[in-house]
Amino acid sequence: MLRALLLTLSVVAIAQAELCKPDAQNAFKVRISIKTALGDNAYAWDANEEYLFKAMVAFAMRRYSSKSTTQISNVLLCNVTDRVSFWFVVTDSSTNVTTVPGSEVEAAIRMTRNRINSAFLLSDKTLQFLKITSTLSPPVEPSTPVWLIVFGVVLCLIVAGIVFLIVSGIQKHKKKNKESAERENLEEKVEVTLENGIPCEALDLKAGRINGVFAADDERFTSL
Amino acid sequence: LSGAPEIPKEDSRPQWDNKFQYILSCIGFAVGLGNVWRFPYLCQIHGGGAFLIPYFIALLFEGIPLLHLELALGQCLRKGSIGAWNTISPYLEGVGVGSWMVSVLVSLYYNIVLTWVMWYFINSFQEPLPWSVCPLNENRTGFNEECYESTAVNYFWYRKTLNITPDIAESGTLQWWLILCLATCWAIVYLCTIRGIETTGKAIYVTAIFPYLVLTIFLIQGLTLPGATDGLIYLFTPNLNSLKNPRVWLDAATQIFFSLSLAFGGLIAFASYNPTKNDCEKDAVAVAIVNSMTSLYASIPVFCVLGFKATTAYWDCLDRNIINIIDEFDLPEESIMRQNYTSWISFLNSSYPEKFAGLKLKSCNLQEFLDQSVSGTGLAFIVFTQAIILMPGSQAWAILFFIMLFSLGLSSMFGNIEGVFTPLLELRIIPKSAPKELLSGIICLISFLIALCFTLGSGSYWIDIFDRYAGSVPLLVIAFFEVIGVVYIYKIKRFSKDVERMTGRKLNLYWQITWRLISPLLLLIVFMAFLTLQMQKPPSYTAWNPKYEGFPMKEEKVYPPWVQAICVLLAAFPCVCIPLVALFHLVKQKRRSKDPSFGPPQVFSCQGANS
Repeated sequence: MLRALLLTLSVVAIAQAELCKPDAQNAFKVRISIKTALGDNAYAWDANEEYLFKAMVAFAMRRYSSKSTTQISNVLLCNVTDRVSFWFVVTDSSTNVTTVPGSEVEAAIRMTRNRINSAFLLSDKTLQFLKITSTLSPPVEPSTPVWLIVFGVVLCLIVAGIVFLIVSGIQKHKKKNKESAERENLEEKVEVTLENGIPCEALDLKAGRINGVFAADDERFTSL
Repeated sequence: LSGAPEIPKEDSRPQWDNKFQYILSCIGFAVGLGNVWRFPYLCQIHGGGAFLIPYFIALLFEGIPLLHLELALGQCLRKGSIGAWNTISPYLEGVGVGSWMVSVLVSLYYNIVLTWVMWYFINSFQEPLPWSVCPLNENRTGFNEECYESTAVNYFWYRKTLNITPDIAESGTLQWWLILCLATCWAIVYLCTIRGIETTGKAIYVTAIFPYLVLTIFLIQGLTLPGATDGLIYLFTPNLNSLKNPRVWLDAATQIFFSLSLAFGGLIAFASYNPTKNDCEKDAVAVAIVNSMTSLYASIPVFCVLGFKATTAYWDCLDRNIINIIDEFDLPEESIMRQNYTSWISFLNSSYPEKFAGLKLKSCNLQEFLDQSVSGTGLAFIVFTQAIILMPGSQAWAILFFIMLFSLGLSSMFGNIEGVFTPLLELRIIPKSAPKELLSGIICLISFLIALCFTLGSGSYWIDIFDRYAGSVPLLVIAFFEVIGVVYIYKIKRFSKDVERMTGRKLNLYWQITWRLISPLLLLIVFMAFLTLQMQKPPSYTAWNPKYEGFPMKEEKVYPPWVQAICVLLAAFPCVCIPLVALFHLVKQKRRSKDPSFGPPQVFSCQGANS
């Protein structure tokens, strides 16, 4: 009885070893870089973390095909290295000797990638599934490109400056024209009231227009 | 009325508000983008500290004498370049016309460089900086191929900014974003030069002093960066063997000449707005020394940053190799660090040679990264922008850096525009009653329209052509004729008396020797050497071609014949003006001598020149 049990266990173990080995069919290599991601807060990779990993993969398989009955024991891990890298394979829950096709596992993992990452506090780059590529998220782009806004501000300032300078130049020009025009007017008025270099007002006061000498001579001659 | 004061002749001609404005304008004109991106490069490739020896010799025997000559000429004759040379001798008016033409050509393409700087400036307000990440390709599975093969910085410069075509013969389309920036740049130039030196004199306070502030900030920041000392040691370690190469001496002479912006006519224009009794000798020495000191001062932060960039590239190379090794050999993380990298490599190579060779690791050598030297636009828009991404607070550094470049370029543009504006003003192109604002507006508008050609896809190839041919050979020729004209046609004895009247001191023996003999000889040698070097190989250029098999290396191509013809035209046209205009005046004189009613042309002296 005991021997039969031991025999079946060893057969199962050998079978499992056959299923999970590097480059086996439907097996995936995982590489984890905890120290790169967390630095001083890095945790050690031990059997408990492996258990969590198996649980997450089982969870992913269950989510993917809702009727799935994948158990944690269906996820096999092997060849764990110090790097922290290992291979894993998912066995079919109905028959414990065949593995789930790789495409299904890949699709399941892709669907639940975020949850798996956050369970380990890692990212796509630090928790790598070597054959499963991730789609990159597009960069956030604002509705109007920022540079247009800055450009608009700069242009408005410059146009305001130019307009201000041109307007002030025109005003200065007009003031200069008005000043020179006033000076010309003043000179004309001065000319009008000059006769022989003597202002007319002065002449009138001195009664210069009517020469009294000649007027007085009229009495010497007899009138006709 | 003997007691009445003389009406000063300076009344009708605009004047500088104070001497400081004038000195600052000359310094701003001389100190330009070349001080930041050409001088450090020359120091690097020509033996570090040893390059300073030919540089200072060239400064002493070529730079300072020519600068003094131009400033004294402008101050004495109180006219722009065309008018001044016409006054010296009508047969030499061609020299003035030549400088005017070179100023026009350089103004056209120089503003495009400022356009690029402005484009980078307005893009620096984003987080993350647009040149730090590659855009994704159409189906979002990876990055854009062109970007991925080269770098994000290269992609942003060649594709997003220039949208460059793979060949100069393919013009491509007008890039609307560059047109917008170009219009803005010309609007800024118009704003600052709208009334000639009245407005540039105020603007220069900002544009000439601001770069020094930013350089100091970068210096302090640069010295704190890791790897900065490596860069500085690399830059300043003198290698005296390099002095045996005549190329080094030629580069020093040309660098001093182009750095001081001689023979553009701009310096003559600036000096012509001075009062006659001004010490032009001290001014010339001051401006030349400040220019050279600025070059040295600017090369320190540049090399700190380059050293930082080389160190980070070296560390990246090491880190990539370490990751590859750890992944392949399944070693625990952080078992191999940068410090014990070499010991691990030798251990692994001896224990597992085939597996190790299968990794195909790239060799990381710090010296190799330091040796990558770049000058010109490559330094500013590729190397520096990459370094800025790595600094903390990159937006602020990028904004500061590009404002600094913009101020440096803008103050040089003022000199270029003044070299175009002043002679046109004196030639009375527009009626006297029309305001100055109209003339400067016309100049800026026409320049903007012509410069639209440079916003095409092939624009940057054309800028290289203009830079290499229009902004180099004609200047040497014009400067040579300037010295010969003043010393042998105007006669140095007369000029010495004029300078003595202006400065109040007798002309030093140093000036006599350099003006009479050394400077013209040096110019002739430099011109000949420059020409022979250009003609040694057919003119070629490097094109950015994503379909090239060696991509991301640039493809070396030869200019097609029609482009070569344009190069020759650009170089020859300003030079050919000199004999053409002399011939024109000769013909005019012959016709005038046949008509006895005209008297002989007036002989003048410096003091008798009317403004």
